[in-house]
This record gives sequence, structure tokens and C-alpha cells, in this order.
Amino acid sequence: MGHHQEHEWETVIGLEIHTQLATQSKIFSGAATAYGAEPNTQACAVDLGLPGVLPVLNGQAVSMAVKFGLAIEAEIAPHSVFARKNYFYPDLPKGYQISQFELPIVGKGHLDIDVDGTTKRIGITRAHLEEDAGKSLHESFHGMSGIDLNRAGTPLLEIVSEPEMRSAKEAVAYMRKIHELVRYLGICDGNMQEGSFRCDANVSVRPKGQEEFGTRAEIKNINSFKFVEKAINHEVERQIELIENGGKVVQETRLYDANKDETRSMRSKEEANDYRYFPDPDLLPVHISEEFKEQIKGQLPELPDAKKLRFKGQYQLDDENAVILTASRQLADYFEALVKESTCEAKLCANWITGDLVAVLNKADLDITQSPVNYQRLAGLLLRISDDTISGKIAKQVFEAMWNSTATADDIIAEKGLKQITDTGAIEAIIDKIIADNPDQVEQYLSGKDKVFGFFVGQVMKDMQGKANPAEVNKMLKIKLK
Amino acid sequence: MTLTADDVKKIAHLARLGINQQNIASYTKDLSGMLQLMTQMSETNTDGVLPMAHPMDQTQRLRADEVTENNNRNNFQAIAPQIEDGLYLVPKVIE
Amino acid sequence: MHTKSIKELAEGLRSGEFSSVELTQSFLTRIKQHQSLNCFISVTEDLALHAAKQADGRIAKGDTSLLTGIPIAQKDIFCTQGVKTTCGSKMLDNFVAPYNATVVEKLNAAGAVMLGKLNMDEFAMGSSNETSYYGAVRNPWQTDSVPGGSSGGSAAAVAARLAVCATGTDTGGSIRQPAAHCGITGLKPTYGRVSRYGMIAYASSLDQGGPMARSAADCAVLLQTMAGFDGKDSTSVDLPVPDYQAGLNANLNGLKIGLPKEFFGDGLNSNVAAVIELAIKEYQKLGATVKEVSMPNLKLAIPAYYVIAPAECSANLSRFDGVRFGYRCANPQDLTDLYTRSRGEGFGKEVKRRILMGTYALSAGYYDAYYIKAQKIRRLISEDFKKSLADVDVIMGPVTPSTAFGIGEKIGNPIEMYLSDIYTIAINLAGLPAMSIPAGFAEGKPVGLQVIGNYFAEDKLLNIAHQYQQATDWHQQIPKGFE
Repeated sequence: MGHHQEHEWETVIGLEIHTQLATQSKIFSGAATAYGAEPNTQACAVDLGLPGVLPVLNGQAVSMAVKFGLAIEAEIAPHSVFARKNYFYPDLPKGYQISQFELPIVGKGHLDIDVDGTTKRIGITRAHLEEDAGKSLHESFHGMSGIDLNRAGTPLLEIVSEPEMRSAKEAVAYMRKIHELVRYLGICDGNMQEGSFRCDANVSVRPKGQEEFGTRAEIKNINSFKFVEKAINHEVERQIELIENGGKVVQETRLYDANKDETRSMRSKEEANDYRYFPDPDLLPVHISEEFKEQIKGQLPELPDAKKLRFKGQYQLDDENAVILTASRQLADYFEALVKESTCEAKLCANWITGDLVAVLNKADLDITQSPVNYQRLAGLLLRISDDTISGKIAKQVFEAMWNSTATADDIIAEKGLKQITDTGAIEAIIDKIIADNPDQVEQYLSGKDKVFGFFVGQVMKDMQGKANPAEVNKMLKIKLK
Repeated sequence: MTLTADDVKKIAHLARLGINQQNIASYTKDLSGMLQLMTQMSETNTDGVLPMAHPMDQTQRLRADEVTENNNRNNFQAIAPQIEDGLYLVPKVIE
Repeated sequence: MHTKSIKELAEGLRSGEFSSVELTQSFLTRIKQHQSLNCFISVTEDLALHAAKQADGRIAKGDTSLLTGIPIAQKDIFCTQGVKTTCGSKMLDNFVAPYNATVVEKLNAAGAVMLGKLNMDEFAMGSSNETSYYGAVRNPWQTDSVPGGSSGGSAAAVAARLAVCATGTDTGGSIRQPAAHCGITGLKPTYGRVSRYGMIAYASSLDQGGPMARSAADCAVLLQTMAGFDGKDSTSVDLPVPDYQAGLNANLNGLKIGLPKEFFGDGLNSNVAAVIELAIKEYQKLGATVKEVSMPNLKLAIPAYYVIAPAECSANLSRFDGVRFGYRCANPQDLTDLYTRSRGEGFGKEVKRRILMGTYALSAGYYDAYYIKAQKIRRLISEDFKKSLADVDVIMGPVTPSTAFGIGEKIGNPIEMYLSDIYTIAINLAGLPAMSIPAGFAEGKPVGLQVIGNYFAEDKLLNIAHQYQQATDWHQQIPKGFE
């Protein structure tokens, strides 16, 4: 945005996030929701919209929506209503999508985001249940498109924010926060490649200080955090340029093209946007009782913000470690299990997870639940660091061996003879030998070149295959070199 | 309330309903006649009356989250107008 | 054999007087003889004989219900696995359903023998059976008259004794009106009593399947099997189904009948009125008392219905798009062309009219004025019934303002056709059960008496109809040429 007079413009962003709910079966049918099946093998008569078939609501989808609503401290509607949203599209088998319009299951709520060290509360307008559509495949079938309806009927929770974000950065922070939350709640797997978590962004700009909103464009189906930021920034730039050149933003749907890094108008979706919503007569109002709400409340896990705060207090973690460790419920659980199992200092546990473990997991594209080193084995390793059996440096070597095997830390230490040498006699003998072998360096050190001290440490450690207790080596060298 | 031929064309497009040009006039007349019937409703005071969407004052029953349907693609696609590789074919979808 | 009741036939089957195969064969022969009535869209002869054979096997083993081996016919709105299910439309002329409707499933399980699929107004939209893609059905009482609709094929087939009994569906009178016009007994159950699964939807909040037969006793047998909770239909009501046979013989002493003055006003043919008055006198003889009630909002039922039903149908019929099943136009140029031509060529004029009306009523700017307003009127009408039924046990009146009209007489004037449903439509809006009972003749054509009961009072209605049929023989009259 560099060349624009950006200080004159304010960006206004609202997000609509579609989360696929992690149910076994579809929202209105008993077909499976598993990803990646052969085309149309998970589309039953109800999903295909064959004549005469009827929808029956999946109770689990309702529970999950309520769970989300309670987590954002939203009003849960005692009565919510499913409505038909009418439009023709080949991936929409019935010619209408069953959604919620006037009476969504989750009403107003909110979520706090942290951007550049400050916390901002973002309002959530509503969250409603609806069914997903199928997919159109555009590979050439003699110039035709192929329709796969496996995804049709997968439950979605559409989470609509207030237009309260003022930068792409805030939008990304909000999206990440929702992503973290739905995974904490166990209501969505959050897999963005598979489309389980998607986002539409409503973007507009207005002169700073102006109260009323500018005309917004809706950017459809953005499926990564990186693209959200890029797509919004690009759209903001386009709108400012348009206005500054005397043009006008039109309300329309735009598609972000990640390859070209641009948004373009989707004219095909523009014509006749008259969805003719009305209550679906095949479904009755959904009643959420106080008891049901209480029951779901009892199932709520500790939420990310609360957990972060607790970690900082209980384990004396710094902000960075607390943020990383609470990024997913599974990682946080791993950490707490590790602390308990190892009885080591929490800080040591935290550093090992956020440093070594997360790095190799990322490299191997695994999440914590798939870690080859479980918390019990890692605890065994940390215990040996704590009791000075091995040094931190050797520990890294042991960890690598553990990653590639199922052996315990103790087995590896024993097998490879990595036990730290604290026997001062043995260390002393080596130090004497090194001093004798390197008279020049001794000379240099004694003449004031302090840096050469490191050379001696290195030589001793090398000679002892790193197994010498570094503190002991330091201490003795200092005495010998006086 | 009466409709024009243009109104009818617009509605027909919304409903993706092909109507022969020569029949537009008769649909226009019939629909206007139906709307004429509707004026009786607007003359009736319904202040404070709750809209009634269902005859029964009941709430939605919830189904257990279980997979009960198996792959039945062959049977379902046996009645499809055009398929290939398990996909339903339609004229190219342009986005 | 074709004049016997279900109970008599069941006894005949059990005593070995005749087999189900013989019985089925005799009905198949009658169907062929009377093809000119155009009652059937499909006759499933092979399937029927196969089912009859199996029924005979079951009967021999003693594993039976009253319907085992009884030849019945299904309105072509019910999906039948492996059998063409057209809903009276070109759109579904090639549609072989891959599953059974729950009603079909239940009747099959009971051992009923399906003779075929019955003609009907296209997608159940019509009151004369003239909107069927398969041509008009003729009324056996006067073959240049309509049988009524939309279950016209069902009513005519039962009246002509081409099936022992039949299924029908009723969205605005589609069981009762053809039953009245053809002199048979038809029952529209309480909304939610009979599963709608596999019953091709016209207007989902109004549609209800029900039995059509010669007598209330036969209707009771058929409903016994059709009714009941179905987990596949969210609007199905989970209440036990009473034993309809057991209640038939209760006496009617002290029965309180309400007569809405609005059912007897202008527009009611005086000959029809006279028949209805006589029928009510008969009830008084049976011990009933009569009281006038009022349905002040009755006249609003037609406009409310013609907003709600088309609105629901406009969405219900969107799935007929030429993509996954049914009619597809030749050489579609693009997507819009595929949709508009498949739908334009596949649907008939009345269906299009209602889709257009519904689309308009739901469109931006008109939703409140039409759809919401109609839903409010719906409540007013429902309240009218509630008030009346608090005072009386049942409401009685005519089913139709006149007897069956001539084929071609009203088809050019849809509004006039709509207005003739004035006495039946309000009942669907309220979701109440109601029956049509043969009560006599006017101008040589049958007249039906309508009996409207409270929610889930089907047993009461059947009892009331049965007692009348014990005292009269209108339901046993057979049209000339079909004896």
C-alpha cells in the first residue's frame, strides 16, 4: 500500500468463517463425512436430493454449535429455525441450501485477540448451522464439469464476526483464534487443505474519521492464513486505488486467485441474488433447554485464554512459551503430562517442547499426537539432564536417537556410553595432557588472550567425547591455567 | 396488485423455468388473478398474530450421530442423465 | 370377488375360497377391461403376481395381517423401488425410484399386493386430474366428468373396483375431494400421522398420505398399516397408533356435531346441500346432536393456501434440474439453459403456475406481505377450528360446493378451480384429520359428507363414518358398467 496516502484510509473487515463440524455422519443424513472418498460414494439419497427424501437433524452438530456458543459467551437461542436458501447451482442438489437465517442457534458473542501486544475484543454477530455443498470439478470432461456430492450435507457452523477488524493483521489474528478455539472444543479438525476451515472476508475502506461504512466487497473461500492477509491487503489496495482515481466500489463477490495474488469479480454469482429464505417445512424448530446447555457447559474444556493465564502463573512460563504451548489442547496436555511425569522444572520441560520437539515435529509435518517420542520417554530424558547424568548437549544426541527408535533415554545413554564424566581425576588427567600438548596456546592465554580459554574447553570435551561435565571442566581449567 | 410480462419473466428466471414467449401473457393473467385473491388477506388485521409454519406445535427431534448409509452410487447413478467416472456431468461451471 | 370388503376377502383367502393369485388376476383383468378410465400410469402385473404368490405362501403358514394378499394400488407419488414413479409428470417419466416410501415399505411388509401406480394431477397440483402428463382420468359415475384430484386415479380405481383400496395424498383436499366425486370413502389423517418419507413433496407442511377405500372399515384396515412414527421424517409424530378396528362399533349417542355456517352459505349447490342435510339428519337419528359453529376466517383459507403451498413447492421442486435424475433437455448449451429448458419442458402448466406464484411470494420485497401474512392467517384459521372443536366432537359439512364437473370445463380457469376447494383447504392449514363419506347423489353424481375431527382423532372419525355406513348403503353403490 506504500504509494497510497494510507494514513487517510481506514480498513473495515468482517469475517465469515465456515467450520466443518467433526461429526461422523452428515447434518441431515446418515452418510459418512470422511474426507477423500471416491466421488459420490458418500452421497446418499438425502444428500443427492432425490424425490421424496427428508432431512433429520444430527444431534451432535447441535451440541457442537452450542459448545462453540458457550465458549464465546454468546446467547444460545432457545428456539432456532432452519431455513431454505434458494439458488440454482450444480453442487447444490436440492436447489436450496438448508441453513439458518432469522433465528440462528448462536447469537451475539465475542472473542479477544492479541495484536502487537494489545488485546482487542472482536464481536461475533452470530453462528449458524448449515449444510455444505458438493464440489464442481473443472477438469475437462469433454468441455463439461463433473459434480461430486460427497461433501454435500457435511455440517458447517458459519461464524459471522462484526465488521470490527481494522487491518489484515487483525483479521488473521481473529481467524487464528477461532481456529485454535474450534480445535480446542473438538468440534472441527481445522484442516484447511481439506477445506474444513474456510473463510470469506467482507472488506471495505472509508476515509479516517468517517462514521459510515464504505461499500464492501466479499472475498470468497480463502483457505489459508497467508492468503487471508494477502487477499485482504490486495483488496484494500484495489479499493483505495479505485476511489482515489474517482471510481466507486461496487458491492460484489470476488474470488482470490492465489497464483496471481489478485481478486477478481465472480460475475456468475452476481446475478439475481434473491435467496428467498423461508423456514424449511421439513424441519421443526430446534429447542435448546437450560438442562441441555448446562450439560454441554459441563463438557467444555479449559479454553485457550484461561489455559495461557494458568500456565504463566502455575509454571512461571514466559509469554512466548505459554502462547506456543497452549496453541493446541493436545500440546498443552503433553506439556502438563511431561511436567508431572518427569518432576523436572517446568521451564526445562517447556523449553524442550517449544525448542527441539516442535522443531522436529514441524519438519516431519506431524502434530503432537503423532510424535514418535511420547511424554513418558521425553520425561526419562529430562530426568537425566536434571540429575546431571548427561549434559544438555549430549541430551540432544540422545533425543535424536530416541526419535529414530523406541528405546528409552537410559537405554541409549548406557548403550552409547554417554554418561557424563564427573570424576575429577579423569578430567584432570585429560586437562594436563591438553596443556602439555599445546604450549603455544598456553602462552597466548597467559599473555592475556582470554578467548583461547574456549579452545581448551573444546579440546577437553572433544577428547572426552562430550561426556565431561562442562561446569567441572571450566572450573578445573581455570585452576590449571593460572 | 397485477403483474407485468416483465415481472413474470423475471420470476421465471429466478425459478429457472423456461416459458414459451406465447404463454407469457396467460401466466401474467393467471398470476395477477391469484394476487387478486390475496387482497382479502391484506384486508384482515393480523396484528400480534404469530406466523404458523407447522400444524403441530412440536420441536425438532435429534438423530444420533451414526453412519447408517452405505455406498449406493451404482444404483443412484443408474437413473442419472449423464455420468462419467462416478461424477454427474453438467455444462461447464464458470466461476 | 371385487365387491367384497377387505375383511371378507381376508376370510376368503384364509378359508381357501380363493387364492391371492386368483384375486390379483381378477383385478388385473378388470384393470385391462377398464383401461379407458386411465386410472393407472403403470400396471405392475408381474410384480403383483409374484407378490400374490408370496402372500399365498404366508397365508398357508398362517403368518398374516388383514392386508396379506389383498390387491391394492399406490398413488404414483409414493416412491416404489425398482418401479417407475412419475408423480404424474413428464419430469419423472424415466424415474425408477431407488427406494421405497415408508408407506410402501409398510404395506409391502404387511403382504399387500401392489397392482400398479395410479394416475394423479402432476405433482399433486390440481383438483381434476387433468394436469397429469398421462392424461385425464375419467369418473366411473359419468365418464365425461372429472374424478377430482389430485388423487383422481386412486378414487376412480376404487370406485370402479379396479383395486380393493388405494393410497392417496391430501395437501388441500386431494383425498377427500376425489373420494367425494367418485363416491368412495377417504381419510386425510392428522398431519404427522403417516410418514411422508418417499412421498414426493408438493407442500411439505400440508401434505399427508391417507387411505382411500370403499368403506370406513376398509380405510381403518389400510390406515392401521400406513400410520405410525417414522424416524426418517422429522415431522412424523411419535404417538401410539390406536386399534382402528376396535373402535368402529362404538355407538354415537351424545355425539356433538358442529355445523359451520360458512360451509353452508352462498356457492354451495342446493342439491349438494340437500344431500348433506339428509346425512346430518341420519346422524341425529343415530343419537347425535347438532350445533352451529363459526369459522369466520374460512374464506381466507384459499388465498393463504395459494401462498403457502406454492411457496413450499417452489423450493421443493427445485431439485428437478436435469442433473441427477429425471428429465434432461437435449443438448444444453450452458448451465442456465440446462435448468430452464429441462424444467420448462419437464413441468406442465399448472406446476409452472404454482412455482411462479411461490417464487414471487418469497421474493425480496414481497415475503412479508404474502408469505408471513399467509402464515398469520393460517394461525387464525387454526384457532377457529380449535375454538369450534372445544365445543363439539366433530365438524360436518360438504366436501365440495358441487358434484364432479365436466372434463375440460374448468381447466382453462385455474382461479375458479382453486375456489372449488374452499371446504377442504382450511383443514390442511390446521393439520386436522378429516374424512369424506359417500352420502348420496345429486344430478346422478356422488356427494361426499365431510367429517372433521380433532388432532389424532382418526379412530373417532372412522367410528362415526362406520356407524353411518351401517345405517346407509351409499358406499356400496357401484357405478353402472363396473358391477
